[in-house]
Amino acid sequence: MRTRLRMWTLLTVAAAALALPMLSLAQLTQHDLQSRIGMESHVGNITGHAKAAEADYRRYCVGCHGQLGDGNGENAPYMQPPMYQQPRDFQLGVFKCRSTPTGTLPTDEDLFDAITRGFDRSNMPQWNTLSKQERADLVAWVKHFSPRWANEKPGTPIQVPPEPEVTADRIKAGRDVFARVQCWKCHGVLGQANGPSAATLTDDLGRPIAPFNFTEGSRPKCGDTDRDIYRIFMTGLDGTPMPSYADNIKPEEAWDLVFYLRTLMSQHSKEKEMAKKLDLKPVDPNAPAGQQ
Amino acid sequence: MRTRMKLRICRNTPYVQHFLVTALLLTFLILSGSQNANAIPAFARKYGLRCSACHESWPMLNYFGQKFKDNGYQLMNDRDAPIWQNPGYWPVTFRMTPIWHRVSTGKVAEDTYAAGTITGATQTRVSTSGFDLSGLDFHTAGTLEKNISFYLLPSSDPTGTFHFETVMARLDNLGGSPWLNLKLGKFELDNLLSEKRILTLTGNGGIYQTYHFIPVGDGNIFGQMGDNQLGMEYFGHSADDRTRVSAALISSSDGNVNLITGANSYTGFFTASQAFDTGRLGVQRLGFYAMVGDAATYYPTSGGVPIPGSGIGNKGFSREGFVGQFYFGQHFDLQVVTQHGSDNAWFGQGYGDPIATDGNGTATCTAAPCPPNNVPGTTLPVGARAPTWNGATFEAHYVYSPQLIFIGRYELERMSQQANGPGSLTPSASNLGNITTYTIGYRYNPFMTSRAGFAWHNEYNWMHQDGVAPDGSNLNTSELLLGFDFDF
Repeated sequence: MRTRLRMWTLLTVAAAALALPMLSLAQLTQHDLQSRIGMESHVGNITGHAKAAEADYRRYCVGCHGQLGDGNGENAPYMQPPMYQQPRDFQLGVFKCRSTPTGTLPTDEDLFDAITRGFDRSNMPQWNTLSKQERADLVAWVKHFSPRWANEKPGTPIQVPPEPEVTADRIKAGRDVFARVQCWKCHGVLGQANGPSAATLTDDLGRPIAPFNFTEGSRPKCGDTDRDIYRIFMTGLDGTPMPSYADNIKPEEAWDLVFYLRTLMSQHSKEKEMAKKLDLKPVDPNAPAGQQ
Repeated sequence: MRTRMKLRICRNTPYVQHFLVTALLLTFLILSGSQNANAIPAFARKYGLRCSACHESWPMLNYFGQKFKDNGYQLMNDRDAPIWQNPGYWPVTFRMTPIWHRVSTGKVAEDTYAAGTITGATQTRVSTSGFDLSGLDFHTAGTLEKNISFYLLPSSDPTGTFHFETVMARLDNLGGSPWLNLKLGKFELDNLLSEKRILTLTGNGGIYQTYHFIPVGDGNIFGQMGDNQLGMEYFGHSADDRTRVSAALISSSDGNVNLITGANSYTGFFTASQAFDTGRLGVQRLGFYAMVGDAATYYPTSGGVPIPGSGIGNKGFSREGFVGQFYFGQHFDLQVVTQHGSDNAWFGQGYGDPIATDGNGTATCTAAPCPPNNVPGTTLPVGARAPTWNGATFEAHYVYSPQLIFIGRYELERMSQQANGPGSLTPSASNLGNITTYTIGYRYNPFMTSRAGFAWHNEYNWMHQDGVAPDGSNLNTSELLLGFDFDF
């Protein structure tokens, strides 16, 4: 009888030892989130409130991003690379699509645009059916998941100079930039996402990730205007192997690169027409620097 | 000290000890096992979205779900084509509802007997209750390729007799524009307040009376905009679905197959709507619809029996009205549909319906008594007029959470001109056929995942009709329903 009692006691203590830390962990996380529930966002003249987005988050977002915003919703296990990308872990406070320099937090407008635009080639749809107020509230809700927003300010958006007129010389100069900064190593010489490094790429969490395929007709994740594309390689896509080239490419070169990238895309464009007339050849990875 | 006390308690009360251990183990198990529900099914399985993303409360669509439908069941994320799915993906959902219900009909004709012989008739209330079933729906829908979608819905009644409720294919975003989509087949008309996604299930409350109203004695069965129809539809919308337009050309057959009705009778159905962002209130939508068509009133006969598909002598009818979807924050909304309806005087006299009244189902009449037939030489009776009416549906929802919704609906249909006017031999009372009905209920979904839908459903409907009881007095009907509404 005494032995049996001892066994039960041990079991009790062991169970408590296992359960209590988990309980406290869960409570801590919830406590952290509660402490930031007053988070606000400011998009134009709209002020978003995190608390007001709770119902919408539960209705629309929680299945992928999870109750705690850690990207561990019930469907996350089924979104496996390379076909799909896993939901964003909001707790990290790291975002691909920003107007701000690499390593900094995005602006509220950046997050608002991301919710509105959605992400091609992922399960994140366009939420432009929601009212602007609802989207602004969701921005505040997304921010409340990460302690970064409590301690840091968003970066200052980079300046995008006015878009110059596209010319044949600019397209050729863009091809030189494409070769010089070695875009082809990941994206391939034809932009088909088959460069020598493509198969080895992983994101910051060590998950496989594919470079953008310019030729399959998809929209770039962070927007498909020329200004969006300019911004992508000047800010980089944080959390992915796509770095910022702000220190390597001058603004006018960045526009040249935009024009050249348009020639790789399958969508019709004047750049593509001009490249056809020029009989522009793909970059040669083996050509000496400056001799494309 | 605390440990010693605990040991003493344990020694003295082993049941408490067991309880504590069990409770702790359960706590541990619950905490460690409450992360994932790991769910996936038809559309939700394909896209990994919960039911609540597209449904205000399943099956009623919310604004996002409406946009998904308008895009041809696509998220437009470049992963819509089936080539991106696991080859084992099979887009099928079934839905059925076991229920208990109590139906009470105020006045039913009942024979009276004397010495075992029928001597006359009286009226009696018939109330019945018991366990029952709904029909079974097999929904299969999705994309065949990017921007080519389909919907197939074999549906049975509770006895297992099947028909095709929906069969259609769509070409979406033609030329890369959301303004150009085409649909061909049998489909639901572009009703913003969708009857096919209605939240209520009772016999009278499970449809929108405004979508099916037919004046007493009227033979026009073709103006029922709640029924799925055979035809083709142009549809266009803005990228954010704020603006929507549609135009459908359908056969005047009320969705019945095998061309059993008019030889050349068609109906047009047109809609347009615009949504407005009103800040914290949400997104409001205003729109209108118009249904204009003609349908046969004369069926040439062979041996006295109408020849299927031969209907001629077309006469016109119309239905038009406004639609409003008003949201008052995240929890409350009000949906409004109005209607003004008008049928040609010939329909008002019972002409037009080719469906048998002898109980042979959905074929043309094969045995007497058949509906009135506008054979050559027939004239309208004195005082016959085009029946017209006005109706409105008000449906309010209180969405406590995506898992619990309360529903309240009020509908009224009012005749404004009877087919048999004051100058006719048998003038109708001005209120004959008027309908007033209300429905209240709630649906509780104990879980909300992307795998399946399950709702505990409770509903009450009461309906009042003027002058339709066997003795010409008013008729009241009520129904209480409880059920498990599920799909997978």
